[in-house]
Amino acid sequence: MASVDTAVEPSDSAVSEPEIGGVRRRDFINIAAVSFGGVGVVATVFPLVNQMNPSADVLALSSIEVDISAIEPGQAIKSSWRKQPIFIRNLTTSEIEAANAVDLSGLRDPESLADRTQPGKENWLITLGVCTHLGCVPLGAAQGEVKGEYDGYFCPCHGSHYDTAGRTRKGPAPTNLEVPEYSFLSDTVVKIG
Amino acid sequence: MSFPWAQQYKPTTEFGQWMDEKLPIGRLIYNSVGAGYPTPRNLNYMWNFGSLAGVFLVVQIVTGIILAMHYAANAAIAFDSVEHIMRDVNSGWMIRYAHANGASFFFIAIYLHIGRGLYYGSYKAPREMIWLLGVVIYLLAMATAFMGYVLPWGQMSFWGAKVITGLFEAIPLVGKPIQELLLGGFAPDNAALNRFFSLHYLLPFVIAGVIIMHIWALHIPGSNNPTGVNVKGPQDTVPFHPFYTAKDGWFLGLALIFFTGMMFFMPNALGHADNYIPANPLSTPAHIVPEWYFWPWYAILRAFTFDFLFVPAKLLGVLAMFSAILVWFFLPWLDKSPVRSGDYRPRFKKFFWFGLIPCIVILGICGGAPAEEPYVMLSQLASAYYFAHFLIILPLLSRIEKPEPLPNSITEAVTGKPLEQAS
Repeated sequence: MASVDTAVEPSDSAVSEPEIGGVRRRDFINIAAVSFGGVGVVATVFPLVNQMNPSADVLALSSIEVDISAIEPGQAIKSSWRKQPIFIRNLTTSEIEAANAVDLSGLRDPESLADRTQPGKENWLITLGVCTHLGCVPLGAAQGEVKGEYDGYFCPCHGSHYDTAGRTRKGPAPTNLEVPEYSFLSDTVVKIG
Repeated sequence: MSFPWAQQYKPTTEFGQWMDEKLPIGRLIYNSVGAGYPTPRNLNYMWNFGSLAGVFLVVQIVTGIILAMHYAANAAIAFDSVEHIMRDVNSGWMIRYAHANGASFFFIAIYLHIGRGLYYGSYKAPREMIWLLGVVIYLLAMATAFMGYVLPWGQMSFWGAKVITGLFEAIPLVGKPIQELLLGGFAPDNAALNRFFSLHYLLPFVIAGVIIMHIWALHIPGSNNPTGVNVKGPQDTVPFHPFYTAKDGWFLGLALIFFTGMMFFMPNALGHADNYIPANPLSTPAHIVPEWYFWPWYAILRAFTFDFLFVPAKLLGVLAMFSAILVWFFLPWLDKSPVRSGDYRPRFKKFFWFGLIPCIVILGICGGAPAEEPYVMLSQLASAYYFAHFLIILPLLSRIEKPEPLPNSITEAVTGKPLEQAS
């Protein structure tokens, strides 16, 4: 009983059709069907993954306007942009001079202060308050906070020091504090993002 | 667990052999839905709905997990979070419509699957356990669907939750405390919404577990078939793969055309406009009905407008509604006819097509209609017939009916030729 042949006789002539060069018509149908199914799977999976990207309401909050009229030279404020802290610092003349006096070739991420500010507005240093090492918020924006060895910002998590241009000078941070896209709408209002 | 002539699993690669010794998952698949599972060769399209229901459960779980990433189960913001899904989340509208319509398609598949079992006698020995587990799956699916409908926290959500938990209030003495226990309050609110969300997320996985038992139990006797005659030998079966994997796959493609058509072109056709109004505990919608797949049971609930002896109408309706499904648990023992397939039971066939099916359709129509005449009267008549079918007609039929002669084998039924003994 156990040795009975279970093969079902093909009723379709395409199955019993002789092979031509090792290829049967049925092979084409197989490949076509599976490929078409594959396209369908990709088309289905794409939106199922894409839904995790920022939604429209998150993107709608992607730019802010900040009034900077009250920030005196030597002061800084923290604001929030895309749920991340942003530092807006009004540099003093001596801080600008200190930043310009640095030899760029000795920097880990060589950028001049002019590269990091806008022409005619070199005293406004606007950076993300996110340490480029692992994302902590560096100290130094609020009054009384430690500013680090280079008088800019200091990240207490793993000891990264930033200078008055927000450039990484010491510690594990690989790059300078990120400068977001921004523009001055007037002398007292800056639009970030 | 299978017929002795089943093809044997032989790993072809070295890795396959290594895996087969450590974790024979390939062997499990091969023997359950692969070439190692001999299946009756004469299954018709009614046998496609089990796998289809399984696929729609997967659709529900996948889209549901995604929706839970964006939904907030808090009465204050639940409604807005659903609108957030519809308007802000990338493709959120599509995923939510897939979930909402996926529930309907799951129930369409499951109803046709149950109907197949009822007509072809798939509940009879030796397949009673498969049937019982199936009824459990259905009950779990109803609970899951009901709680899911509450989550958008629209008017129908709120009042559905209130009405359904109100059913428990009908229980004498302890009814009120039970309702308050279920809701975590005196009316549906944050506590109820949170627990419904928690359970709505849990139950589909419980369903998946019971489905595994359902399929496990199925693989012991193997599938029933349109003749209801037992498989007698290898000539009566074909390997599940590629024969039924291909057929199920093609049928799935067909079903997905209808599903996506519904999803993209008439996504709210089966919903209620009232559910796009935020829940308001102070105002009931004028016409409150559950989703279509509950309509027959809802009609039975509302059919009881009169007290009977000392039992109030409210309790009668609730008891009748639950009994209408619980009676299925006794079906394998109510229908004693040794002939499984309705094809060979001339009287049963008539009662099935001209009695039970129209009766359920009428109940469905009445359940979706307002509680006024003629629907109340129709529901009462149809409810009476429904119970009579299971409790009187089926037991009687199995005694008095003279079945038509059965084919000697599946092969004989298929080929029309007597089985050749020498093969």
